[in-house]
Amino acid sequence: MDKILVGLKRAVDYNVRIQVKSDGSGVETDGVKMSINPFDEIALEEALRIRERGEASEVIVVSIGSSESQQQLRTGLAMGADRAILVESGDVPDTLSIARVFKELVDRESAELVILGKQAIDDDNSQAGQMLAAIWERPQATFASEVVLDGDKARVTREVDSGLETLEIDLPAVITVDLRLNEPRYVKLPDIMKAKKKPLETIAIGDLGIEAGPRLEETAFEPPAGRQKGIMVDDVAGLVAAIKDKGLV
Amino acid sequence: MAKILVIAEHDGATLNPSTAKCVACAAQIEDADISVAVLGSDTGAVAAQAADLSSVARVVTIDNERNDPAIAAVLAPQIVALANGYSHVFGPSTAFGKDLMPRVAALMGVNQISDIMSVEGSHAFKRPIYAGNAIVTVNAPADHPVVATVRTASYQAAEGGNSAAVESADVDVEMPSHTRFVELQTGSSDRPDLQSAARVVSGGRALASEENFELIYKLADAIGAGVGSSRAAVDAGYVPPETQVGQTGQIIAPDLYIAIGISGAIQHVTGIKDAGTIVAINKDEEAPIFEIADIGLVGDLFAIVPELTEALG
Repeated sequence: MDKILVGLKRAVDYNVRIQVKSDGSGVETDGVKMSINPFDEIALEEALRIRERGEASEVIVVSIGSSESQQQLRTGLAMGADRAILVESGDVPDTLSIARVFKELVDRESAELVILGKQAIDDDNSQAGQMLAAIWERPQATFASEVVLDGDKARVTREVDSGLETLEIDLPAVITVDLRLNEPRYVKLPDIMKAKKKPLETIAIGDLGIEAGPRLEETAFEPPAGRQKGIMVDDVAGLVAAIKDKGLV
Repeated sequence: MAKILVIAEHDGATLNPSTAKCVACAAQIEDADISVAVLGSDTGAVAAQAADLSSVARVVTIDNERNDPAIAAVLAPQIVALANGYSHVFGPSTAFGKDLMPRVAALMGVNQISDIMSVEGSHAFKRPIYAGNAIVTVNAPADHPVVATVRTASYQAAEGGNSAAVESADVDVEMPSHTRFVELQTGSSDRPDLQSAARVVSGGRALASEENFELIYKLADAIGAGVGSSRAAVDAGYVPPETQVGQTGQIIAPDLYIAIGISGAIQHVTGIKDAGTIVAINKDEEAPIFEIADIGLVGDLFAIVPELTEALG
């Protein structure tokens, strides 16, 4: 196959414990470390491995959002992507719009495979890949833990609640990746230098002619109801008594 | 009136408990008229179980061999045809629903609300973001259908005792053949599944090997519990992925959750926040799991767990 598109979302780093703003208007992101959404790194790693096996010729990383997302695209280029596209948008668009942007890029690039993370760890939506597959009218294989390409088909093993499901899909298709698919490579310093010379194209979202989806309005943010710290027991006898006391066994 | 279509999750014979929880969520909406859609190849038994759920006004079935096993790309266009005239389409926030519902939403030209944890109005809902570290209130536009997944751990299953009408529906849609089911490998265990288990025993990295997880299985079997795990235990290869509890695994709400050798990273804790009672056993008294545990015991799990199994067995 020729081209694989990979989505890289700029998201609050996995290790940051976020705080809700005191006025409930959002989540505090000023001065917070931002990274590539961890699932998207796994998506990129898989695309790179496919290219390195000679099963694809080009890996293009795509981000949608503010110009700051260039940082994440540069990291993707340093990992080994061939080129990058930033679809610049003042704020992060609604998910249906994101799917429509990807559809537009798929058409422009004639991409045969789109690999995305199964969810972003900020909004935890888990929607973009499925929506893209819907409007592209192509297969979706979500929550992938193994991807085997075979000509114009792929065999994808998916993590589902009851175990592992395997699907056979025709290409072109959308795959969204789960944690166990691979372990993303570390970026080495020379690769960061090389990445600076790789092409990064910026497209204003307005120039793509995308119709925005009916927007969901986020009206208030609040911290979750916490659980109270309970009691500590000294030994197994105390533990058994406490469990039995609650009538749980 | 809110006309709500709930998409049933089932395995061909048994209705998944996630459906009764979706119905419970839908019933929170004022003036709800709830239909349950059962898509399968031979839906009779499952439809009867759906018709038994309280608050359900009718069950709508589509029988087609192509619907078994369920494939999102095959089900989605049928659901869109069925959803005509409905104000809401709900599915469970399980692997089944998370795969299917965004495809339905996109075909209907709307955004989806993921993981409803509370109903604030017919078009206003609360949902968790950032691994449950913030809760956001989302308002959906009133002039479009609401497509959503329901965070099943936030709801008690709707009770039985109803006898809703069952109608079969015909939809004339094109079903794609580009996606084909190959196989489903399930862990061959007789233990209750995580979503419906009243008790869950979970092990973490501190178990240190696949063999040592036998301690977890023995305790689980002694009290009739399901078995869960932390991401670290799955990544280390001690247990299969379907056991993982947390932000990127399963979100569960058993009456009793026993966390053994699990430190309690926020990504894990978000999966058990709605458990009735959380018990934590860990050798590190500073482990964050103790901040949210109802009953905590500091000590060596390799000494404690066999003794606990003996005492509860």
